[in-house]
Amino acid sequence: MSDKTFKMTLHVWRQSGPNDAGKFERYECPEVNPHMSFLELLDDLNERLIADGQEGIAFDHDCREGICGACGVVINGVPHGPQRRTTTCQLHMRQFINGPHEVWVEPFRASAFPIIKDLTVDRGAFDRIIQAGGYVSVRTGSAAEANEIPVPKKIADRAMDAAECIGCGACVAACPNASASLFTGAKISHLGLLPQGQPEREDRARKMVAQHDAEGFGGCTNHNECEAACPKGISVDFIAQMNRDFLKSMLTAKDDVPNRK
Amino acid sequence: MQRALTLYQTNIGKKAVLALTGFVLVGFVTGHMLGNMNAYLGEEALNGYAETLRSVPALLWTARIALLIAFPLHIYTAISLVRANRAARPQRYAKKEELVTSVAAKWMPYTGLLLLAFLLFHLAHLTFGWLPNFDPTNVYANFVSGFQNPVYSAFYIVGNLALGFHLFHGVWSMFQSLGASHPKYDGYRVDLAIFLSAIITIGNISFPIAVLAGVIQ
Ligand code: HEM
Ligand code: SF4
Ligand code: FES
Repeated sequence: MSDKTFKMTLHVWRQSGPNDAGKFERYECPEVNPHMSFLELLDDLNERLIADGQEGIAFDHDCREGICGACGVVINGVPHGPQRRTTTCQLHMRQFINGPHEVWVEPFRASAFPIIKDLTVDRGAFDRIIQAGGYVSVRTGSAAEANEIPVPKKIADRAMDAAECIGCGACVAACPNASASLFTGAKISHLGLLPQGQPEREDRARKMVAQHDAEGFGGCTNHNECEAACPKGISVDFIAQMNRDFLKSMLTAKDDVPNRK
Repeated sequence: MQRALTLYQTNIGKKAVLALTGFVLVGFVTGHMLGNMNAYLGEEALNGYAETLRSVPALLWTARIALLIAFPLHIYTAISLVRANRAARPQRYAKKEELVTSVAAKWMPYTGLLLLAFLLFHLAHLTFGWLPNFDPTNVYANFVSGFQNPVYSAFYIVGNLALGFHLFHGVWSMFQSLGASHPKYDGYRVDLAIFLSAIITIGNISFPIAVLAGVIQ
């Protein structure tokens, strides 16, 4: 792996606040080290901006190891950039050695993800979808015996596939309709697959889908862009499972239907 | 009833309505294409087939009522979904790269609108007989005289290409929208979409071409 640095031109979305119109600013990066991550490229640029008396670019980040879901920007039209199954923090500049050397960096765009500043968006809508039903109710106290409830290996694996979602929002950013179906589907499915999730399964699907729509996310039209952009490769199968659980719940759940004797 | 209305207010509920009405429409276009294959067997076969349909009013009217419900509901639901989906992204990206979606999927609203225009023309032409040279007693004659007009034929061909694209995405999407998915069978949903969109488009487009080429006369 070459250590040679290279030059890059960045066009970064700058927006001073939610009500500012925002525009692209052009920045030259004369020495891009192939070993740094995309966030480190922004860190480096920010240091230079600040030394120069300008305001640094605001962007979200936390773990920087691809597990927290905080980072995420749209790089040349792809959420989290050109490398599949990779978060922005884990995207290394070596991916750009052979170009492109002119790169546009934009925030995730969705009416449900209002821009706070520059590349930072408010993803509180995801928290509210989880609050609506993305949990199981358990008695607290001493931990239950782990093997008390048998879970078939295949089911456990599948639930784990859904649980891999880190809530980054790239699926929304990639979707032509800014739909959060992949996120919501993953969250509904990972609990809905497990025995512990059964008692609240129907309510969960209804409540989380209702919250999804109330937040102003669009609907799924099966383009599958979300799955391709998802850093965890969450499958659109979980969207089908959400549709199934939701439709079934709406059509058959006894909740809020008058009691029959 | 309340549930049904609430369901229709959700994206998933609307998509299910689109899928169910789409299913009815897919059934219709499949049957329609197969029935018209009688044209290759000659005037008697096609007119006889038309007569058979009319001789069973219960069947004819069941189909008509199903279509009269399915079409407007499909179109209304499609429009309201497209509008809601556009509103979900008020500000577009300066640069956007598509990773996996298809032209067919992206053009659904446009192929749909083209289908609507084609459908109105088609009804005016062969159902209501508002265009010149229409003989209400002879389906075959209308079929042949209509397609002898290259402008009509061109419109049929374009309309059916739009149908092909619409079905290419619509048929597998319909299963996904209703939650009919299983890793073991998902491949077949796509196979069915390719198969149906191909045979329906090729079948329908063959009619004007056959007339223009003099195979059907
Ligand atoms: C013979 C005529 C038609 C057939 C067979 C048909 C069939 C279908 C099917 C099977 C779907 C998929 C439903 C789903 O994804 O759940 C669909 C979706 C759709 N249709 Fe149609 N349709 C027809 C006419 C129309 C017309 C006239 C319009 C519009 C004016 C239209 C607009 C749409 C739209 C916008 C979608 C949604 C696409 C998406 O979700 O990606 N369709 N149609
Ligand atoms: S489904 Fe994937 S893209 Fe969407 S929030 Fe979860 S990890 Fe991010
Ligand atoms: S900063 Fe945590 S996933 Fe990127």
